[in-house]
Amino acid sequence: MTDLSCKNLSMTFTNPANGAMVEALKDINFTLKKGELLSVLGPSGCGKTTLLNMIAGFLNPTSGQLSFGDQQIQGPGVERGMVFQQGALFEWLPVSKNVDFGLRMKNLSSSDSEKLVEKWLDIVGLTGFGDTPTYQLSGGMQQRVALARCLVNDPDLILMDEPLGALDALTREKMQSLILELWKETGKTIIIITHSVEEALLLGERLFVMAPRPGRIHKEYNLPFAERGLKESLRDIKQQADFGSVREEILTMIWDMEEEIMGNV
Amino acid sequence: MSEFLSTHRADIAALLILILTGLFIWSIYYGLRRTRTLDSEQVFGDPERTLGGWFWAICGVSSLLLVWFYFSWGTARAFFPNAANEMCQVAKIDEALSPITSKLPYGDRYYKSTEVLVRNGQQLAVLEAQMPADVYSNAEQKQLFSILERNQQLLAIYSDSAQQSPSTSADLDAIHLRLTGLSEDIDAGYAGLMPTAEALAQPRWGVTDSEIPMLPVTARGVLFDNIAQQSRVIAKDFIKVRNLPDVAKVIISDVKNDIANLKEADKNYTGSEADLTSRKAYLKAVERIFKRLDDGAIFPAAAMVQINRDIIQIQNSVKGQTQGLRLVDALFLPGQGVVKSRTLCVEQGSSRWLPKPTDVVAKFARLANPNLENGGGYKGTTLFWWKWLEIADVLAFLIPDGLVDMLPGDYGIHNDDGEFVKTYKDHLLAIAQGDISLGVIPMLDGHIWDSVFRVIVAMAFGIALGVPLGIYMGVSRFFKSFFDPLIELYRPVPPLAWAPLILTIFGIQDDGKIFLLFMVAFAIMVISARTGASGTQLSKIRASHSLGATNRQIIRYVILPNALPEILTGIRIAIGVCWGTLVAAEMLAGTTGIGFIENVARTVSDYELIWVTILIMGLLGLLFDIAMRFTISVLIPWRGKG
Repeated sequence: MTDLSCKNLSMTFTNPANGAMVEALKDINFTLKKGELLSVLGPSGCGKTTLLNMIAGFLNPTSGQLSFGDQQIQGPGVERGMVFQQGALFEWLPVSKNVDFGLRMKNLSSSDSEKLVEKWLDIVGLTGFGDTPTYQLSGGMQQRVALARCLVNDPDLILMDEPLGALDALTREKMQSLILELWKETGKTIIIITHSVEEALLLGERLFVMAPRPGRIHKEYNLPFAERGLKESLRDIKQQADFGSVREEILTMIWDMEEEIMGNV
Repeated sequence: MSEFLSTHRADIAALLILILTGLFIWSIYYGLRRTRTLDSEQVFGDPERTLGGWFWAICGVSSLLLVWFYFSWGTARAFFPNAANEMCQVAKIDEALSPITSKLPYGDRYYKSTEVLVRNGQQLAVLEAQMPADVYSNAEQKQLFSILERNQQLLAIYSDSAQQSPSTSADLDAIHLRLTGLSEDIDAGYAGLMPTAEALAQPRWGVTDSEIPMLPVTARGVLFDNIAQQSRVIAKDFIKVRNLPDVAKVIISDVKNDIANLKEADKNYTGSEADLTSRKAYLKAVERIFKRLDDGAIFPAAAMVQINRDIIQIQNSVKGQTQGLRLVDALFLPGQGVVKSRTLCVEQGSSRWLPKPTDVVAKFARLANPNLENGGGYKGTTLFWWKWLEIADVLAFLIPDGLVDMLPGDYGIHNDDGEFVKTYKDHLLAIAQGDISLGVIPMLDGHIWDSVFRVIVAMAFGIALGVPLGIYMGVSRFFKSFFDPLIELYRPVPPLAWAPLILTIFGIQDDGKIFLLFMVAFAIMVISARTGASGTQLSKIRASHSLGATNRQIIRYVILPNALPEILTGIRIAIGVCWGTLVAAEMLAGTTGIGFIENVARTVSDYELIWVTILIMGLLGLLFDIAMRFTISVLIPWRGKG
């Protein structure tokens, strides 16, 4: 079983200038089963990116347990792939070399990796762009390259840090559909961090709304929209009454948190 | 071919100037027309407006070359090839008359007599006031006062027209008549005069090192040359004229006797040593002034008025004969024109230090000639050529002898039979010292190559060592903190400040210069590689970790390519700084290289050679930079787009 489990996870940052302690995360507890699609939502400063970086292994928790499968998470690993907001592509390499980067690091034979790269470029809709320099691609295409680069490594868990944040509305909707399709076809566990409530509802089978100071899981939802999104158009889902009510509920929740922060200051 | 080009450089220059003038005018016309159409398409401040515009580049380059031709007198030589020769003849007259003019207000603001009179009159008064009374007896004091008094009298006699001796007046009248004759000769013109065959056979202006041909090549020049020769004779007679009336002669001999007596008294002086010294010093000062007055070189002002007028008349006559020439001089020969000094006529003005473009090219062609026996190259080395290089010499340069010393075992010794028994170390030492024959390879050679080679080798070492260290300093706290102080301490020292030390330690051959340049290149490469490495986006590093890359792979496949733009920019800067440092280092010491040539040229004031080296250095530096810019655009097309 490759479940992600998180027990009493806490993270405290110390400001090196004045020694002040900031509790970025406090007592996070959850378990994510294989194949689940989790979206994390919250106002800025609630520690959602910190949580993701800890799962990826870029940060070590101050206290608590974080394990993936039966392994304690220590440092980054191939089984946990990450997609960044800006793609973080290697601009000195063409698209295909970006995609097969992980394979080359594993010294996979070039004929095998060529087939894999072709397959994944086809899935993300970039057939024929293999030799294009990445800096000539549009923002949406760059994110597709980043997705393919991550997926070609066949990770069990895919972490996405606001992957669609920098895209325009139309491209964004297409990418949302693509993510849902990938989720269904590959059956991978996916965690998506977003600051868009609609996106969190559409892409989240489960949804954590996080609250700041200290960063914690404020409320958890189990949502039907991701399943629906596989069959219906995303625009239609947004028009549905239950979607609207949950959206308003969460928006009010986040607005209250923001006001609380402002009041505290 | 080159001989023909060299002899006809003035004609080539004339053609070039016409072409350049045409280009200049055309480019302005064309540029203005294009500007009118372009201005309607783009607003002011739009960067697009600066694109293109090669016609203005032509305008700029042609105007620069025209300015060069003008101020180097290249234009004058191209279109008035005889102007300098004629001006040389005029200068000859000036030089021949200078013994006369230097004594007159015409040439020196005051009469020479006036100056001598005033100066010595003042000094006599000073001497009178400063007489050391305590070391002289009363009688002696009286005698000294009388000597000073009589010196003043001499000045009065010399200045008095009434007392001037008839023979002096006659001499001056004769000079006056001869000078008037000169004016008349000049006014008579130069019809019927012919330059000699020898004069016509002279090399043209600028073809040889003697610059301007000396002998007159035009009829007008012949006239002036004749006048100059006559002037020289007259001037010689003029400086022999003396103003010594009988009254003055008597005074002079009396004073001479008195001074002799006082000297005699000093010989028998019995006072203290210090007193004797001051007596002698004072008498010497008195005698020095008297010696200036006893040769009759001071004349009454009235005596010289006529001579001054004659000189002005001669100059006017010369001006009358040189109307056009003076216009050429004013328009095309900026500066003081042509001046005659002893054995040659030289250009005085901007052309003295700014050689003509065609001369620079001719000089370069001579240097570039690889045939050393035939006057090519410089100081026994070609400018840019090739040679056979012993492979053994390369190995000897790369392998230090000490490396062989460090190996285990002993060098050979002689045995009981008196034979030298070699060990393997002896054979290795022979390689390290280049004492073997490994055949030859063709290799570039010459001053330019020597300079370029030093830069290339230093850059190679600087990149090979500096980039890895810089990269590690960008990713490792230990490397950064350990090496940062070392590099930051030596880097800010101007490279030339290291030069004396480095050249003393390593010697004036290639090793010292290469090490100096290596120090320059190394620091720049370390800093640029470090900046590039530490500037890698964190998300890229994290992404590659997540993709399974090891630390070593991240350095090789992510950090190094990410730092490449910075590294290449560093190389571009380092080459520029190395080039500048090298030339200065070559000026300090060495026997080859462009800087060496320029330094030797400086010591012999060979302006053409100095400009040739300056142009070579500028063009090579430009070439390096263009090559680097091209490399950068090919290697990192993603620059600024990541």
